Amino acid sequence: MIRIQNLNKTYKSTQALINVNFQVNKGELFAFLGPNGAGKTTTIRILTGLSKLDSGLVMLNGFNLEHPGIESRRQCGLVPQSINLDRELSVIENLNIHCRLFRMTKEQSASRIDELLDYVEMSDRKKTLVKNLSGGMKRRLMIARALLHSPAILFLDEPTVGLDAAMRRKIWALIRKIQQHETTIFLTTHYIEEAQFLAGRVAFIDNGAIVVVDTPESLMKQKGTWALDRLKEDDMETLFFNDRNQANDYIAAHKDSFTLRRVNLEDSFLALTGKKIQ
Amino acid sequence: MIHGASAVYYREILILRRRLSRLVPSWSVSPLLYLIAFGYAMGKQVTVQGHSYMEFLIPGLIAMSSMTHAFAISSEINIARFYWHIFEEIQAAPVSDLSYVTGEVLAGMTRAILAILVILVLGLLFGVVLSCNAWFWLAILLNSFVFASLAVGLAMLVKSHADQTLLTSFVITPMAFLGGTFFPVENFPAWTQKIIYLLPLTHAATSIRAAAFGDVPALSSLVILAVIGSLFFYISVLCVKKAKD
Repeated sequence: MIRIQNLNKTYKSTQALINVNFQVNKGELFAFLGPNGAGKTTTIRILTGLSKLDSGLVMLNGFNLEHPGIESRRQCGLVPQSINLDRELSVIENLNIHCRLFRMTKEQSASRIDELLDYVEMSDRKKTLVKNLSGGMKRRLMIARALLHSPAILFLDEPTVGLDAAMRRKIWALIRKIQQHETTIFLTTHYIEEAQFLAGRVAFIDNGAIVVVDTPESLMKQKGTWALDRLKEDDMETLFFNDRNQANDYIAAHKDSFTLRRVNLEDSFLALTGKKIQ
Repeated sequence: MIHGASAVYYREILILRRRLSRLVPSWSVSPLLYLIAFGYAMGKQVTVQGHSYMEFLIPGLIAMSSMTHAFAISSEINIARFYWHIFEEIQAAPVSDLSYVTGEVLAGMTRAILAILVILVLGLLFGVVLSCNAWFWLAILLNSFVFASLAVGLAMLVKSHADQTLLTSFVITPMAFLGGTFFPVENFPAWTQKIIYLLPLTHAATSIRAAAFGDVPALSSLVILAVIGSLFFYISVLCVKKAKD
């Protein structure tokens, strides 16, 4: 579905992407995990035709994006990081604009809008002005809008940024529901739990380069199953164990204060890059 | 191409419709003040080119308004681009640069026509009836085409909304006052007239005024407006390409 080989991108003097290579399979939920400024949004912008690539090969559902054309844009549904809805217009007006931009007929638009508003549980908000919606509703509306033209790939750029924990879980449930319909999803996030909960495979990206691509389970197993956090004077030390009893024995043998938890993707990222994601 | 342009135009018209009740009063404030201060109070006893100053002034105001309101589409584009990030939604859609520019230019021209209707109504209140013939509307359409096209191109080149305000101050405001809006261009020395006739608004004001008084405007002025408008339109399409990335 997506194939990227030796992708490079430079903005003025900053090299945003360095020899990026990965592949996303059909129906997969692939997550790009990395700190802010790692190159996640740049990758999405190239894949959706918003930015030009400097060098490398980018294939998207059979389209070569060296010279992205109008047809390749039909393959993509994009939910960008920032809310890009017309605040002065109503929910249905925003959706109608998208349908027209993607050349959908009136009949197609009407049925798809009803279907997707029902899907994101916003059928009763059709005539509400966007400025009167909550942050979570705006995100759900953006996801519904991106799905209107039935894209082959849905790009979600930090879809839960700025949302509270409850709303974040609601969006996760929605993303899971979309994936059950075999839509390929490309997700960028800097929330560990988000990648862990949703992704089939994860790519760690740091300073514009891919560090590793694997399943969340494999990445986490590399460090063990349990982690013990010990607060030292000016830092936090983390110890890893393969089973819980080993960790409990270690706690019993030491007088310090520990926090026992499961190993997560942050631990793997830290081990591979020497830095934390958040 | 038509689908993309109509989608872009549809969005602008929805926003315009939502704001219309606020916009119409605001569109009438400046022309009303000009008519009261210059047309009624100052120019009551003045005759210009065989017409009362009020009759002379209103076509000038129409030219000026069609320029400023067509150019105002640049602010809408900038707000959509820098604050609301809507430009990204359009860029990610299967809409060509040509379609995008066409939609925005048509939206700018629509705003200009609506603002002119307000001035025509105000003129009627002051007892001025102009000849709104085909030449009159052709000159207005060409003038608004010129400035809406310029607006789209400049909106793509600026880096912030503040830059846009600067452009208005340095490009639009001087033209509004020097382009034959408030006084006959013939009042200037010959060398200054040559410079003033380089401004598209001068051709628009003289054409609109001639048509409003029942004469046929100079064909050369209309051709100049059409050529400048087409040139700005073409440059705007190139600017949209450049604005990506």
